[in-house]
Amino acid sequence: MKEILNIKNVSVEYDRHGRKVRAVAGVDLTLNSGEILGLVGESGCGKSTLGKAIVGILAPVTGEVVFDGEKVKKLTRGKRPEHFRNLQMIFQDPYGSLNPRRKIGVQIADGLIVAGMPKKLALLKAADLLEKVGLPRNAVDRFAHQFSGGQRQRISIARALAAAPTAIIADEPISALDTSSQAQVANLLVNLVDEFDMGMVFISHDLSIVRRISDRVAVMYLGKIVEVGTVDQIWNNPSHPYTRALISAIPHADGTSFMPQDLPGDVPNPMSPPSGCRFHPRCPLAKEECKTQEPGLRKLGDGRDVACVLQTAGNQPVTITLN
Amino acid sequence: MNLLTVENLTVTLATGSGDAQAVRNLSFNVGHGEILGVAGESGSGKTMTALSMLGLLPYKGKASGSIKFDGREILTSSKREYRDLRGKEIAMIFQDPMTSLHPMLTVEVQLTEHLRHHRKVSKDAARNSALELLATVKIPEPAAALRAHPSQFSGGMRQRIAIAMALACEPKLLIADEPTTALDVTVQAGILKLLHQLRKERNLSVMVITHDLGVLSSLTDRIMIMYAGSEVESGLTTDLLRNPRHPYTKGLIAALPGNSASNSKNLLSIDGMPPELGNFPTGCAFHTRCNYAKESCKGAIPEVTNLNSTHRIFCPINPFSEVTSAGSQS
Ligand SMILES: Nc1ncnc2c1ncn2[C@@H]1O[C@H](COP(=O)(O)OP(=O)(O)OP(=O)(O)O)[C@@H](O)[C@H]1O
Ligand SMILES: Nc1ncnc2c1ncn2[C@@H]1O[C@H](COP(=O)(O)OP(=O)(O)O)[C@@H](O)[C@H]1O
Ligand code: SF4
Ligand code: SF4
Ligand SMILES: [Mg+2]
Ligand SMILES: [Mg+2]
Repeated sequence: MKEILNIKNVSVEYDRHGRKVRAVAGVDLTLNSGEILGLVGESGCGKSTLGKAIVGILAPVTGEVVFDGEKVKKLTRGKRPEHFRNLQMIFQDPYGSLNPRRKIGVQIADGLIVAGMPKKLALLKAADLLEKVGLPRNAVDRFAHQFSGGQRQRISIARALAAAPTAIIADEPISALDTSSQAQVANLLVNLVDEFDMGMVFISHDLSIVRRISDRVAVMYLGKIVEVGTVDQIWNNPSHPYTRALISAIPHADGTSFMPQDLPGDVPNPMSPPSGCRFHPRCPLAKEECKTQEPGLRKLGDGRDVACVLQTAGNQPVTITLN
Repeated sequence: MNLLTVENLTVTLATGSGDAQAVRNLSFNVGHGEILGVAGESGSGKTMTALSMLGLLPYKGKASGSIKFDGREILTSSKREYRDLRGKEIAMIFQDPMTSLHPMLTVEVQLTEHLRHHRKVSKDAARNSALELLATVKIPEPAAALRAHPSQFSGGMRQRIAIAMALACEPKLLIADEPTTALDVTVQAGILKLLHQLRKERNLSVMVITHDLGVLSSLTDRIMIMYAGSEVESGLTTDLLRNPRHPYTKGLIAALPGNSASNSKNLLSIDGMPPELGNFPTGCAFHTRCNYAKESCKGAIPEVTNLNSTHRIFCPINPFSEVTSAGSQS
C-alpha cells in the first residue's frame, strides 16, 4: 500500500467583504493507492474547498499537500507541471465543467495535446476513453448539451482519465444524478480505481453511498475532520456524536415507517465558528467543558481518529447514543 | 370519497420536433389526509403531472382526461378559476424554496400580503396568523423571522418558510416536488417530521414527488412509480417497497446502496438510460431495459394487473408472481 497523498494541517481562507473566512481549518488526511476515501459532511462544511486545495486550485494558508512525494503548488494559468497532471479533480457540477461550444472529443484530448501528443492520436485516445466510461466512440463529435446528466458526468470522468491520474478528487460526482445512473457511475469509479490502482477521494453529503464504495471515511464538520476510520468503524460504531447524527438522519427505504432523526440547529457558518468544540451548540451530549476546550483528534484503540472529549486515546470507542 | 381523483391524464408538450406526450393515460387518487408518493427517474413526467393539477403547464402544454378535486372537475377551469384554486385549495412547494419566495421582501410582507389577498383579513390579524404559521413550521423566534428576508435563512429554514406560505390559506392538498432533495439529511429529517405532523394535525393531503425511496418510505402511505409518463406500479408503501412486483421498481430498489450484495463495492444498477421525451419506446416503454421482456412487450401498451385491492402493476408478464416473501431483493 503506497501513500499517494499526504494532507498536512491544511487551512484555506476566503475573503468575504474584506473579512477572512476560514472554510478549512487544519486538516490532516492521507490517501493510499487503490483506496477510496469518502469525505462526508453537511453542505458548506468545506469539502469542495478542501478538494480544491488538494489539487492546487486554491492555495492553503497553513500546511501543505504532498502528492507522490512532491509538494502541490498553486496552479497558475500556464501549463500544469508534468508531475501534477496525475492528480485530477472531477467537479460537482457536470453541466458547468464542460465547455458547451467545443466538441467533447477535443475537450478530452486537450490534456493529451498539451502533454505533447499529436492531435490525431489524441482524438483516437479520447474515443477510447469514452468507450471506457461506457459511451459510444462517436460521442467525440458531439456537444455537451446532447448528453444527459449521467452521460456528462461520464465525460468529465473520461477527461480526468486522459491524464492517466494516480489520484482523483471526485467532488459529489453522482449527487446530481438519478438513482439508476448513480449506481452506474459509482460502479464505474470503483472499477477504475481498481483497474488503475488509483487513489480516490470521494466527496459526498450522502453517507449511504459513501459507505458502499469507500474503504475509509473522513467526517468533516465546519472545516475540521471530526472522525476518520474504516467504513465498518464509522458506519457500525460511530464514535463522534456528529457522525452518529449523520447516520441517524438517513431514511431507510425498507417500507417500515422508520422516522429519521433530525439534527436541530443550522449548519453553522465559518464566519463565526463556535468556541471550544465547534459542534457543541448542536451536540446533544455536550458537556460544560466543550464550550471552551477544543478537542483535538485522538487515536482510539481500534486505530481510528476522533475529536471528541467522550473518547479517550488508546481506549476502545465508547458507544454513542443520541436522544 | 377521495379528495383528488385523476383519470386518464395525458399531458402533451411542444418540443423542438413536434408535440410529445410527457404524461400518458395516468390515473390515480389521493384520499383526505393521505400522503401519496410519486417516484421515477428524471423526465418520467412527475413534475408535469403536478403542474397540471394547478393549471401551470408550460407554454403550449395541454392536459386531457379528468382531474376531480373535492368532487369538482378542475381540468376545464379557466385561468381565473385556477388562480383561485392555487394557494387557497391546492398549494405547491418546490425543490428550490426561492421559487415561491421573493429574496428581497421581508417574510412579513410576503406572508401577510398572501394572507390578505386570499382571506381579506385586517393587517393585524394577518400578522398574527403569520406568527402562528411560522411557529407551526418551527421557525425559532417567529417575530424576528418576520423582519428578515428569505435570503438571510439557510436552505432548510427557507423551505420551512415556503411551507408556511403554502399553508397560509389552509389548502386541502399540498403538492411537494422534491421538497428535500437540495437539503442535507440532517435538515431533511426535520422537514419530513413537519410534513407528518401537518398531516396529522390538519388532515392535510400531500402528494410528494421525489426519486428518493428512503424519503418515501418514511413519509408516505402509498407510492406510485412512473416510467416514461405512465404508472408502472402503485401500492401501499410497505407492499411496494418490500415486495416490488414490476421489473422497473424491482431494479430501482435493488440499486439502493443498502441493498446490493454485501461484500462487493459494486451496486446493482438498471442498465441503459431512461428514454427521452418524444422517443418513448413502443408497447411497454421499459422493454428496452427490461431483463424479463418478451416479444409481446414491444407491441401492446401493458394492461393493469391488480395484485390485491391496493397493489397493481402494468406488466402482463408479471415475472415475480411466485415471490411471496416480504423484503426479498434480487
Ligand atoms: N417546457 C417544456 N417544454 C417541453 N418539454 C418539457 C418542458 N418541461 C419539461 N419537459 C419535458 O417533459 C418531460 C417530463 O418532465 P417532468 O419535468 O415532468 O419530469 P420529472 O419526472 O419531474 O423529472 P425530474 O425528476 O428531472 O424533475 C421531460 O422529458 C422534460 O424534458
Ligand atoms: N468562492 C468563495 N468565496 C467565499 N466563500 C466561499 C467560496 N466558496 C465557498 N465558500 C464558503 O466556504 C465554506 C465551505 O464551502 P464548500 O467548500 O463549498 O463546502 P461543501 O463543499 O462542503 O459544501 C462555505 O461557508 C461557503 O459558503
Ligand atoms: S467534544 Fe463535546 S460538544 Fe464536541 S462532540 Fe464531543 S461531546 Fe459533543
Ligand atoms: S411488460 Fe414486458 S418489458 Fe414491460 S416490464 Fe413487464 S416484462 Fe418488462
Ligand atoms: Mg461542495
Ligand atoms: Mg421534476
